[in-house]
Amino acid sequence: MVDSKQQWKAWLYLAPAIVLLLVFTVWPIINTVRMAFLEGYRGLEAVGGVSYSFGLGNFTKVIHYHKFINCLKTTILLCVLTVPISTFLALLIAVALNNIKFLQKGLQTVFFLPYVTNSIAIGMVFAAMFNIVGSFYGTENELIATAGIINNLIEFFGGQPVNWINYGSSYTANIVVMTVYIVWNALPFKILILLGGLQSINTQYYDAAKIDGTPRRRVFSRITVPLLSPMLAYVIITGFISGFKEYSSIVGIFGEGMGPADDPGRLNTMVGFIYDALSTNSQGRASAAALILFGIILVVTLINTQVGKKRIHY
Amino acid sequence: MSETNNGVMQEKNMRSVAARQKIGKYTVKFFLYLFLLTMALIVLFPFYWMIISSLKTLAEYRLSVPTFWPRTIMLSNYAEAFKAANLGRLFMNTLYVGVVSTLLSLVITVLSAFAFARLEFKGRETMFALLLATMMIPGELFTITNYSTITQLGWMNTFTVLIVPFLVSVFYIFLLRQNFMQIPNELYLAAKVDGTSDLKYLWKVMVPLSLPTLISITILKMMGAWNSYIWPRLVANDAAHQMITNGLRNAFTETTGDVNYPVQMAAVAIVSAPLFLVFVFLRKYIMAGVSRSGIKG
Repeated sequence: MVDSKQQWKAWLYLAPAIVLLLVFTVWPIINTVRMAFLEGYRGLEAVGGVSYSFGLGNFTKVIHYHKFINCLKTTILLCVLTVPISTFLALLIAVALNNIKFLQKGLQTVFFLPYVTNSIAIGMVFAAMFNIVGSFYGTENELIATAGIINNLIEFFGGQPVNWINYGSSYTANIVVMTVYIVWNALPFKILILLGGLQSINTQYYDAAKIDGTPRRRVFSRITVPLLSPMLAYVIITGFISGFKEYSSIVGIFGEGMGPADDPGRLNTMVGFIYDALSTNSQGRASAAALILFGIILVVTLINTQVGKKRIHY
Repeated sequence: MSETNNGVMQEKNMRSVAARQKIGKYTVKFFLYLFLLTMALIVLFPFYWMIISSLKTLAEYRLSVPTFWPRTIMLSNYAEAFKAANLGRLFMNTLYVGVVSTLLSLVITVLSAFAFARLEFKGRETMFALLLATMMIPGELFTITNYSTITQLGWMNTFTVLIVPFLVSVFYIFLLRQNFMQIPNELYLAAKVDGTSDLKYLWKVMVPLSLPTLISITILKMMGAWNSYIWPRLVANDAAHQMITNGLRNAFTETTGDVNYPVQMAAVAIVSAPLFLVFVFLRKYIMAGVSRSGIKG
């Protein structure tokens, strides 16, 4: 029979993918959930034959762990700061790009450039820009040379130099640096999607508005934004998802210490917490944290789509 | 009399309104360009700073008043960076992992996308939906168990561990399946009538017709290898298997002492260079892949 032959053949074509997915995707889902609910599960002990009882211990322990609360705080703070700023800036840039002809392609290319970079490598460039070379104000060992290009610029405009990321810097300064870097990094994707959306809006709406003599601001708020809302929603949701998974941008700027030299781990995030737990072999704790992260992402996505349902006009 | 007067007035009014609109239009254009060019400068500045810093002498880099163009061009920074971070070795490691994983991944993706797009089998739609659902789950959730799995398999510190766990990408299968579905089914039926085997049809018709998608996948996969950091750091961080991003970060983490920033920036520039080349020559494939995931996903 042809039919059964096709069935057999289809499974043959799918076999490599299925085998790999079973080992590296399906089994991990089951096993991670299992480990999360085994009290105090540790991989090495489990191999040694220790057995664990079921319970919510990992979750309650993680939630009461002050390090985890700090990670959660930093992650949420970065999300809340970077997603609105980058979305708003990307929207402005996309609308501006859509309204010009001369240089449009060239500028579009420039704005896409940061997408194709290595976040660790360029993070090191940002670190160099915000860095103070030598000791600040030359109090101790007089290595001092430059306060970094950003501080030079601040001084040029008459401001006071700030200790951004070095020994003794403040949490606020650290967060400002991270926000600048993450926004810079997030812009290209958002601009690409939003500009694509703008270019697919039917020009008839704009022509009608022109005939009615509608002012530009109204055109923007009554035509552009509503018709762009599906793309805006998409950009915001993906922005939150990647914001909650922030990790390597911080490694890029602060190194694996995840914080200034005097307070390592200060800027650690949810993902960082999971990896730290994993590298100390506390799989139970890591799994619980990963499930919490998944839960948060799920809830944020659901809220966004619910709000979107009311606000999105197709 | 009054009527003609009115007419003249109206005409005048309209002319001044038109003139004002024209001026308004030009000021708007002016501010649009001003805004865009300022933003473009901000976006480009880190790249500019990376390159000029990498060409300065350490003494010049440390000047309290920065120079915006190097006084003496120190190309030797690049040679030093290449040696200091052992970039040659890192480059070969990364290239090996990138090429092997891309080739294997392409084969798996093409076969699975073909099965999902053309072959009839029980549970096809359900299975495809389940696959798509896994894209929602954050990768860290998989990593925790995969870490144990590869330890038990004895894959720690091998190239295998950097290649095998990520060979199947649901997103690529999805992307290619969409492309395959656009190829008319008549072609497939005609090939069947002619007695062409499925594999031959796949290779001679489907693959050439969806070449742009396959190129997009190749570029994204190679870039993935080039930029991967977290997983290699966990499972293969020894000198023999280290990937380029890990090597770069590790070579310049000594916070104590005096960091030679020009050399560090030179290393960063070397690591960024291939990405720039890809960007310059293959930009449209990346943009196509990214925006398609955006609009349809």
